[in-house]
Amino acid sequence: MLMKGNEAIAEAALRAGVQAYFGYPITPQSELPEYMARELQQRGGVFLQAESEVAAINMVYGAGGAGARVMTSTSSPGVSLMQEGLSYLVGAEVPCVIVNMVRGGPGLGNIAPAQSDYFQATRSAGHGDGRLIVLAPSTIQEAADLTILAFDLAERYRNPVMILGDGILGQMMEPVSFPPPLRRERDLSWATTGAGDGPRRLINSIYLDPDELEQHNLRLLEKYRRAQQEEVRWEAYRMEDAVLAVAAYGLAARVARSAVDRARAKGLAAGLLRPVTLFAFPAAAFREAAERVRAFLAVEMSAGQMVEDVRLAVEGRVPVFFYGRLGGVVPTPPEVLQQLEQVAAEVAR
Amino acid sequence: MKQITARPKVLLDVPMHYCPGCTHGVAHRLVAEAIDELGIRGRTIGVASVGCSVFMYNYLDLDFQQAAHGRAPAVATGIKRVLPDRIVFTYQGDGDLAAIGTAEIVHAANRGENITVIFINNAVYGMTGGQMAPTTLLGMRTTTTPFGRDARQAGYPIRVVELLNTLRGPAYLARVALAGPANIHRARKAIRRAFQTQVEGRGFSLVEVLSTCPVTWGMAPVEAVRWLEEHMLPEFPLGEFRTPEAREAVLVPLGGGGKG
Repeated sequence: MLMKGNEAIAEAALRAGVQAYFGYPITPQSELPEYMARELQQRGGVFLQAESEVAAINMVYGAGGAGARVMTSTSSPGVSLMQEGLSYLVGAEVPCVIVNMVRGGPGLGNIAPAQSDYFQATRSAGHGDGRLIVLAPSTIQEAADLTILAFDLAERYRNPVMILGDGILGQMMEPVSFPPPLRRERDLSWATTGAGDGPRRLINSIYLDPDELEQHNLRLLEKYRRAQQEEVRWEAYRMEDAVLAVAAYGLAARVARSAVDRARAKGLAAGLLRPVTLFAFPAAAFREAAERVRAFLAVEMSAGQMVEDVRLAVEGRVPVFFYGRLGGVVPTPPEVLQQLEQVAAEVAR
Repeated sequence: MKQITARPKVLLDVPMHYCPGCTHGVAHRLVAEAIDELGIRGRTIGVASVGCSVFMYNYLDLDFQQAAHGRAPAVATGIKRVLPDRIVFTYQGDGDLAAIGTAEIVHAANRGENITVIFINNAVYGMTGGQMAPTTLLGMRTTTTPFGRDARQAGYPIRVVELLNTLRGPAYLARVALAGPANIHRARKAIRRAFQTQVEGRGFSLVEVLSTCPVTWGMAPVEAVRWLEEHMLPEFPLGEFRTPEAREAVLVPLGGGGKG
């Protein structure tokens, strides 16, 4: 069926068995809570419009800690307000899904699509040493599929998972299909269900003893290492014989794909390497590609954020160029093609 | 021989970390007694908040979630909404509830969230070492009001129960004091009634518990109780401000009021 991205994510979450949604209105993702207000309550779940993003993420904490499949959605300024809660969710190992339909910043910025929250999403979950698992869809079908995956990963790793979408992904319409409603066997032996049927349980992130907190952090680190081994996802497009590789995710990757086709039509052997998981970043795929291509061109709707992960992965084997549009401006295929041609000239010199 | 008192079953037999003369121990016991008496131990979940009482979960034999500073009512809302047959309570101090968590408590109360809030008001930040609280009395010296709280510089003590009593959401609002046996007995009844309100599904309940913090007040425990009686009671009058019966008598039926 033909659906807006925000609604497709909501429907996918319902198919994944989401039991509760808490959120606060913000453009450009308000169709998501509106869909939930209509549909989730009718299907026996909990919808609640919170008084703020601060409250919403803490309601997610309470419900997730009590064992419910739970989510929230927001856009960039709202995620800033949720940083405190994200830190507690990571520290207390509460699974949940957060959708960030990114808009232009900093500050109030605007409501146009952007990729300027990459650092915020991938570097740290609020204060402390915690991480989010971050998934970046490029189409509406992928947004739906990754939403379902997000709930499974959240529970497998007992860690918040973020869907990082460029704002326009929530607004545009594409055909999408959904699996039938899923039933998952879930281990809730850790959740504070108040069942009083065994030893009391605790959802907590305080460890006053530094040695204990270090051990706790090492356990978290071990989870992230496991995710880096087992959950890395990416797409390689026309990379088999590529001499130049574009690195891009989300909406920028759609533009880049079109630019790659145009370059190929002009005889330039370009390819696209598209990270789907931003954390864990597909570093091995980039490292491996660096053995074959002459250069990378990272294309982002930001001042240059993912490009740092590309450079870390490539470790100086080949040059990594960057092209970005800022403030909600979407690059066009001809712009990216022109950049590719410049890079080709640069490396031929 | 007849046993007339015992440790409540839900109150664990472990040493508490609280300072000598601190009333958290008394308040914990009153909560434990209410849970025992209502027979809800097997279905109660507590939410501990930031402050000295963050370790409350060490003392009560219950499932607990620890909330970020001020966010306990939002956390409790999340729990209660997905587990509506459980009894969910928060235990919050004055800085937590009346400063950093003002939005969360006002909106949980306004939604008539069917949870119970135990609000400990000792007029000071205890855990961080005696700074001004939103409930610090005018003229009271704290480490951040070294010359006494001046309303022109730091505003007035917040009367939380009176503030929440302007809303239509709450079902039970009371203020009690842990000062002397008669007051503690009244506190016990109020806390029990607050939990009873939730058990009956009648909506949001909050008990403000005037408490002492002898160490940060710089007083001996007995002197602190006297100070509470002399200075806090005139500022924070005791009593039941809202009862479920009074509220339900004037309440617009749920879902009513709007067009269509």
